Amino acid sequence: MKVHVPRDSAAKALGADQVASAFAKLDGVEVIRNSSRGMVWLEPFVEFDTPNGRAGYGPVTAKDVQSIFKSHSSNAKHKLSVGLVEDLEWLKKQERLTFARAGITDPLSLSDYIAHGGFEGLKTALKKSGAEIVKQVSDSGLRGRGGAAFPTGIKWKTVLDTAADQKYVCCNADEGDSGTFADRMVMEGDPFMLIEGMTIAGIATGATKGFVYIRSEYPDAVAVMKEAIAIAVNANWLGPNIQGTDKSFSLVVRTGAGAYICGEETAMLDSLEGKRGMVRFKPPLPAIEGLFGKPTVINNVLSFAAVPFILAKGGEAYKNYGLGRSRGTLPFQLAGNIKQGGLVEKAFGITLRELVEGFGGGTASGRRVRAMQVGGPLGAYVPASDLDLAMDYEAFAAKGAMVGHGGIVVFDDTVDMAEQARFAMEFCAIESCGKCTPCRIGAVRGIEVVDRIADGDASALPILADLCNTMKFGSLCALGGFTPYPVMSALTHFPDDFSRAKEAAE
Amino acid sequence: MSEANQTAAAAAIAARHGNRPDELLEILHELQEELGCVAEAALPVIAKALNLSRAEVHGVVTFYHDFRREPAGRHVIKICAAESCQSMKGRELLASAEKILKVKAGGTTVDGKVTLEKVYCLGLCACSPAMLVDNRPVGRVDAKTFKSAVAELA
Ligand SMILES: Cc1cc2nc3c(=O)[nH]c(=O)nc-3n(C[C@H](O)[C@H](O)[C@H](O)COP(=O)(O)O)c2cc1C
Ligand code: SF4
Ligand code: FES
Repeated sequence: MKVHVPRDSAAKALGADQVASAFAKLDGVEVIRNSSRGMVWLEPFVEFDTPNGRAGYGPVTAKDVQSIFKSHSSNAKHKLSVGLVEDLEWLKKQERLTFARAGITDPLSLSDYIAHGGFEGLKTALKKSGAEIVKQVSDSGLRGRGGAAFPTGIKWKTVLDTAADQKYVCCNADEGDSGTFADRMVMEGDPFMLIEGMTIAGIATGATKGFVYIRSEYPDAVAVMKEAIAIAVNANWLGPNIQGTDKSFSLVVRTGAGAYICGEETAMLDSLEGKRGMVRFKPPLPAIEGLFGKPTVINNVLSFAAVPFILAKGGEAYKNYGLGRSRGTLPFQLAGNIKQGGLVEKAFGITLRELVEGFGGGTASGRRVRAMQVGGPLGAYVPASDLDLAMDYEAFAAKGAMVGHGGIVVFDDTVDMAEQARFAMEFCAIESCGKCTPCRIGAVRGIEVVDRIADGDASALPILADLCNTMKFGSLCALGGFTPYPVMSALTHFPDDFSRAKEAAE
Repeated sequence: MSEANQTAAAAAIAARHGNRPDELLEILHELQEELGCVAEAALPVIAKALNLSRAEVHGVVTFYHDFRREPAGRHVIKICAAESCQSMKGRELLASAEKILKVKAGGTTVDGKVTLEKVYCLGLCACSPAMLVDNRPVGRVDAKTFKSAVAELA
């Protein structure tokens, strides 16, 4: 009997390894370590093959293994049974284009990957010219998923049109934003998809060498990606003359070293060159002078991961999802104080409420939702009164907020927003690369000013607004430039929290 | 490990990476893995092998939070201090951890058993608060589970 127990870090963090070894001890059981469905609230989520599809149980502990095995073998109902996985509303309501294989396949099985549509995009790309591939990507409307939402097709075209003896493809897998884990899930759960997407980028632009820059906080992702690359090379999906064609592409994993700023693309390039991760001035654009001064495609994991679908099904098929200028789907990540946290891939246009209250089921604590930080540590705090906001780059920007990498961190009504504002400044001070004063010095000043306000000094309010303005307009990159958003949104929407200390003292 | 051994290890690791300056981070990671830290004695060796100045290598080592100048304890626990974990009592968890281990984040217990570190996001935000115990992920941690995780360590 085959039992699937996810090898995803979040599943492991909740005991999946112990569950897997408990199953492995049973007679007649073959344990397969699959990827995660992204239902973190049900992890460790165990699945059995049945004639009608997969039957699921969760959340399972090692103690439940015996009884689950027994009742499953005798067709009895177990208290942890959720029935057939395909029938789960939480999954059925999603639009999984990128995460189509999540939970279904063994991440390191090439045959699984190919049996579930893998390499269809690359096969199509191998028959096309660079310009034709770039056109598909442009037609899809795909915008960078790393935060800045820049059209991917335009970036690729620039690299394609820039002549050079060597070009590079770099995947930004630094995923430093709190509340995000979709990149990690791709790398741990479907690594061949990322390899396929990057290879297509290489073929499209004439780049023959690629790097995946993975943060060191993701040891499992680093290990799985390295293993997957070796497997792909062995099967000629990477390396010279891919599948007997005249196209070649090689891929190397590089590990970061705990610096948030290395997620900024030019700091990442410096880091990849073995230097301190300092932000570079632009221009020149990395697409023209990037890694080692050569034209370089830099994209987020999710951007590359969307490409195999786009090539396999056509740019139009992807574009049919979404609204306005936000096309396709985004794998949203429900995090923080949330009852049903995990990965929800939906077309743009879904509201925060549908995500947080619908899929998420409200807070984990059972208390009222008070605020959500969307788009990582540089994203604004959105008050519960804006729950009906649609997930759309432009709609969020109009509110001074940001969709970013699609992470949503939920806070209940026990949160102290002055403390959150202080943390935003603190984080900026710790992670600043130090190149420009408004960020390096401003963030330290910012901590002091927030403290003064929290201590009841109202005269510090205009100083904070002024300081935030200086940071916004005087910083070279978005670390210094966007830290004011969480700070000022906290102050604007939750002014009471900033006078709490004063009241307590009175 | 003696200084001579440290410099020998550094030279060997650099050579394994073809003495390429762009592989400096990989070299430092491996060095830390092998020596427990990026030992001072190793820096001039690496600088020479990679044809960099000592100041350049020093600049890289100090820029990245991961690289340690002193060896860590036998085990390293990294507790997440970022927003998602904050929303699930991560601040309280870190305070409890410091109390249980009698050490501040960044420090090592007197018996040399555990080094406690503060990190920003482990990608385990749907099961916050989270930590890594010697690279093993643990989710929904509270003071009690923290205590038993420490007790399990040799
Ligand atoms: C401080 C800072 C941190 C960033 N961190 C990341 C990150 O972790 N991952 C990422 O893909 N992009 C990150 N970005 C955005 C990148 O600079 C860049 O826009 C992106 O990698 C381009 O890929 P995309 O077009 O596919 O989004 C960050 C930007 C800044 C300013
Ligand atoms: S804003 Fe901060 S992180 Fe960005 S370049 Fe300036 S100092 Fe560096
Ligand atoms: S914020 Fe703690 S794991 Fe992401």
